[in-house]
Amino acid sequence: MLADAWHYIVTHPTQFGTALGVHVALSACALAIAALVAIPLGLVVARRAGWALAAINAANVGRTLPSLAVLALAMPILGTGFAPSLTALTLLALPPILTNTIAGILGVDRDVVDAARGMGMTAGEILRRVEMPIATPIVFAGLRTSAVQVVSGAVLAAFIGGGGLGDFITAGIAMMAVPQLLVGAIPVTLLSLAADYLFGTLERRLTPLGLRAA
Amino acid sequence: MISITGLSKRFADAAGPAVDALSLEIGAGEICVLIGPSGCGKTTTMRMINRMIEPDSGSIVVGGRDVTRVDPIELRRSIGYVIQQVGLFPHMTIAENIATVPQLLGWDRARIAKRVDDLLTRVHMDPARDRSRYPRELSGGQKQRIGVARALAADPPVMLMDEPFGALDPITRASLQDEFLRILRELDKTIVFVTHDIDEAIRMGTRIAIMRAGRLVQYDTPEAILARPADPFVEAFVGSDRALKRLSLLVVSDHAAKDPPPGGAPTVLQSLNLRDALSTLLSADAEVAAVVDAGGAIRGTLTLDTIRAAGDLKTEERR
Amino acid sequence: MQWFLRNWDQVAIALWEHVAISLTALSIAFVLSLAIGIVAARRPRVYAAALGISGFLYTIPTLAFLALLIPIVGLGRTNAIIAMVAFSLLILVRNITTGIRTVPGDVVDSARGMGMTQLQILARVELPLASPVIVAGLRVAAVTVISVTVVAAYINAGGLGTLIFNGIAGDHPPKIWAGALTACALAIAVDLSLAAVERRLRRTCTG
Repeated sequence: MLADAWHYIVTHPTQFGTALGVHVALSACALAIAALVAIPLGLVVARRAGWALAAINAANVGRTLPSLAVLALAMPILGTGFAPSLTALTLLALPPILTNTIAGILGVDRDVVDAARGMGMTAGEILRRVEMPIATPIVFAGLRTSAVQVVSGAVLAAFIGGGGLGDFITAGIAMMAVPQLLVGAIPVTLLSLAADYLFGTLERRLTPLGLRAA
Repeated sequence: MISITGLSKRFADAAGPAVDALSLEIGAGEICVLIGPSGCGKTTTMRMINRMIEPDSGSIVVGGRDVTRVDPIELRRSIGYVIQQVGLFPHMTIAENIATVPQLLGWDRARIAKRVDDLLTRVHMDPARDRSRYPRELSGGQKQRIGVARALAADPPVMLMDEPFGALDPITRASLQDEFLRILRELDKTIVFVTHDIDEAIRMGTRIAIMRAGRLVQYDTPEAILARPADPFVEAFVGSDRALKRLSLLVVSDHAAKDPPPGGAPTVLQSLNLRDALSTLLSADAEVAAVVDAGGAIRGTLTLDTIRAAGDLKTEERR
Repeated sequence: MQWFLRNWDQVAIALWEHVAISLTALSIAFVLSLAIGIVAARRPRVYAAALGISGFLYTIPTLAFLALLIPIVGLGRTNAIIAMVAFSLLILVRNITTGIRTVPGDVVDSARGMGMTQLQILARVELPLASPVIVAGLRVAAVTVISVTVVAAYINAGGLGTLIFNGIAGDHPPKIWAGALTACALAIAVDLSLAAVERRLRRTCTG
């Protein structure tokens, strides 16, 4: 079966390449846009108690929504294809990043922030020099969770014409052709593991030396 | 150096004022200790000096400048700030921690590096070994040493210290108090020091401000407060052992007689305080002690009578 | 909306199927995780291994996992349930083990001092005190399972996903709305109820 799957890839290189490319593009863009929105939002909202709570509650609701439901809802509203898929995936990627950014900032020791303020740092300096470096590991943990979720969600984009490796899986299931199914399932699993590994490594590397477990 | 006039602050959901028309003058080079029971307003007062809390009314003038008219950020960069939990930045090395305010002020790198090394030496740590270490590697006492070094970094004329040694065990606390007093003797700083520990106040303070419910109850030297507490509250606050506390402010060498001691007398160091000397005599069940110097040479004698006379409150009050 | 009112029985059946599969999967996952979690609480190496394996399984994309199971177990409910159990293991094992480990040492100590056996301590002290954290894990697992069930409709497992797929295939938006919104509502309802349970347990278990 694996040999058949490999044979399929070799005989359909452009088809596979395109699907892989679209999948990576969807995932990367959704993650990037979500990060560009959620991280600044989280930073602004974190120290305002009422807003922070509202944001966290909204994010929690967002996290419970079944991915396929969100993607499917994009179809009657936005149609099919890349853009609607990207929109839905971006929405799915937002909650973990937002929650973790807020948690990261709130997790900075109050005494450390007090000392920084007492020493004459402006609010911006405190954010840049103290809060963000300390919150970085947690923010990246959120990015990691989101990345895995987005790669998984992008598989489902096949159902609304978004392309990606999910196309092989759905085709394989529809035609009961196991090799084709594997052509989708195995690479996307590897992609997901790679994303997890990548962000895990980034999380470790970007943890300030003073904060690493001794 | 610091002039506080009619300072008041009331918090939103509080029953009474946190600070109530407080007025006091702190001279340059003095250590003013703010002390009182929980909720007396000592920390609030201190935090109004660098505008971490904004006053409702009254004025605070530091070095001739009214603090409410100065940019708070600039103000705080010119005042040293040490808190009980230290608040060292865990993600920065010790050197980077100490260098924080100089960096904010734009000093050049060479000047900062030298200053960091000087300060590390001054707080009895090893620049070569310690500058690139991280806060998590330090003990509580070492952390607070760095906290003090960090506050001294930009050489501010005024320092605010909020129970800086409160989180340490008694032995470390005592040694840090001594070290800090020693450092201060070499520098010219005005310190506002908050504590709830009367022994620490007596040890550290040039003058002690006893506060209660936001008001100033007594503001005087330790000796004066111990000899003449202003009211029953102060008397209770300083403790019923204030006679002994007063003795702890006096040194053997100032009260020793030049007579030779009898054989078999217990020894006391001439640098010891009278309270500890009294303790030595009582445990040895002796009337006379031999006063010795650090090298062990005999310098004179000290008798129980001398101690009693020195600590005699009635005599003090008559004077 | 019209469609929904006229065909609410279809939705109800789909909902019922959805709840049935989810509940089955969650129960199996919970029992399995309880066994693993209790052992792992006392053996760090077992814990590390359990986290490693379940973490790996969790990273596999949903549809890919279902697809990979097809050559082994075919289509249908069994396939879906195996996938759901696999995805739920990580959060449940982690929370059960952490919950047990963070029971205050002095409480366990007094229990032992009173003469309780290991099993009694587990049943009467550790698990009850760990229950808020365990329910927190159940909450996440439940939502995960509901989400997977939506996708599993594609491999003939039934559930609300059937409405969604029929809607997409037939270009019939009302079905999509009905399936998707009901699934979202179910997920939110389950999450909020378990959150309430978690809150109640936290109150009784602390102080």
